[in-house]
Amino acid sequence: MMRLIAMRELRSLFAMPSTWFVLAALQFIFAWFYLARLEAFLEIQPQLAQLANPPGATLTVAAPLFNMAALLLMMLVPIFTMRLIAEERRNQTLTLLLSSPVSEGQIVLGKFAGLLAFLLLLIAALPLMIATLALGTRLDTGLLLSNCSGLILLTASYVALGLYFSSLTTQPVIAATGALAVLAGLWLADIGAPAESAWHQLSPLYHFQNFNSGLLDSSDASYFVLFTTVFLLLTIKRLQNNRIYG
Amino acid sequence: MRNILGYIQGYLQLSSPLTLSNASSQITLSAQNLSRSFAAHRVIHDLSLQLLRGEVLGLLGPNGAGKSTTLQMLTGCLLPDSGRIEICGIDLQKKPVLAKAQIGYLPEIPPLYRECNVDNYLTFAARLRGMKADDVTAALLQVKQRCGLEVAGKKIISTLSKGYQQRTGIAQAIIHQPAVIVLDEPTVGLDPAQIRDVRQLIRDLGNSSSVILSTHLLGEVESVCDRVQIMQHGRLIYSDSSAGMQHYAQISGHLISLRKPPALSELVKIHGISSVEQTSPTEFRIMHAPETDTVNQLLSLAAQYDWQLQQLTPLHATLEETFVKITKEDAQ
Repeated sequence: MMRLIAMRELRSLFAMPSTWFVLAALQFIFAWFYLARLEAFLEIQPQLAQLANPPGATLTVAAPLFNMAALLLMMLVPIFTMRLIAEERRNQTLTLLLSSPVSEGQIVLGKFAGLLAFLLLLIAALPLMIATLALGTRLDTGLLLSNCSGLILLTASYVALGLYFSSLTTQPVIAATGALAVLAGLWLADIGAPAESAWHQLSPLYHFQNFNSGLLDSSDASYFVLFTTVFLLLTIKRLQNNRIYG
Repeated sequence: MRNILGYIQGYLQLSSPLTLSNASSQITLSAQNLSRSFAAHRVIHDLSLQLLRGEVLGLLGPNGAGKSTTLQMLTGCLLPDSGRIEICGIDLQKKPVLAKAQIGYLPEIPPLYRECNVDNYLTFAARLRGMKADDVTAALLQVKQRCGLEVAGKKIISTLSKGYQQRTGIAQAIIHQPAVIVLDEPTVGLDPAQIRDVRQLIRDLGNSSSVILSTHLLGEVESVCDRVQIMQHGRLIYSDSSAGMQHYAQISGHLISLRKPPALSELVKIHGISSVEQTSPTEFRIMHAPETDTVNQLLSLAAQYDWQLQQLTPLHATLEETFVKITKEDAQ
């Protein structure tokens, strides 16, 4: 059932022209940024070579690329998540799901998995671009893997938050604005707070920084898992309340 | 003596499970004492209804009577504040997933994914209701044929006309052949020919499953329903077979047409006639007390004075009149 709902979500995403447009535009931005970083790296490479322990291509090209993707996703994911439940409610199609023999958990997880699968497809281009560097140099696979896993966890937490906001309203635009406001707020709490402040701990992007620099910390990973689980549970609860309050 | 008792006991033990299972297979939907409020406003008061297999039940009522809310509760989209709903003997609140597999529901606004094509949408609906992938192809063909959607299979739903969208909505409710089919105003937005087809379809569905439909079209009740329940202000105020409802508001009167009519005053003088209304120069609407031989008198007078009687039609209460009478009585 979960798979069925996820597949339907994917199919309806790909039925919309705007999805393809965003997909194309984002690949273009990623590629542009990647090439710009690569060019900068090639320019300073002779100077870097004089250092005792020079940073490699992965650190100077891949890490900033993933960091930029993380920021871009923060703004993009709410636009994709806004439709998930709010639009079903607006088009009255939610009744089909609610009157079908599926639990709220299956509905929520199905939608979560469907959109996450799409976004993974979208960010899969990043490691592929970096992989082309392997033609000329040796890649730091550890750093690359930690960046990939960090980005996946980060995306999952964005989707869970967006899904929750989508379950709160009937208007997709309000869902997008709400999710974006919270994500931007968390980001500002991170960049605006003084160095030793606890505010940093709230922000998903802060926890992504360790992954970004190649540091796998279980507390960062559990932050993402916790963040995602909490918002998924809240969404399930909201759908159950839908039956109570109508 | 003990032998006989033992025999009777054995007989009872044997027979009671049989009769029980027989009865529960007959009742496909039973709701007991449902109540529901929205905030402080009580919308449904203590409503109970039962549906048998092979029966079409019409839920009738003026706007805002609580028909849609009732149907939403019966399909598990809305939880009742109190009361119990059983679908084919399965408790809807305790085992929602099992119970809902037996339901097909068409809400007031058909739940259509507008960007899908009809085939994909119906396949999704069937799979969502727990049908196996292998069975879906055959079910899809059958349901499209039943709902007249053969030509629409590959079309995107948002490009379909309102009538076709409504039919797609009906198709999604019946594709998995549920035991209970719940239709909320199924003929809204259809043209007269389509309405006739859909009513025929509902009649056919009523042979194999139970159908409960809400409507405020009385003609619909007359033509498709076996049983009628009327709701007003969240209560069931009347329940009978649809034929019984027509007898409810008995009126006795005749419509006559005379080629050479006498003066109105002469007609009023006939014994037993309570009122005469002239609808055209030659036509009269005569109301008289029931069980009098007014008609015989009228006939003999007509022959005697050469009024040249052309038409004599007994008046029937229309469902509209009956409905208004029932709802008015309740309001008083």
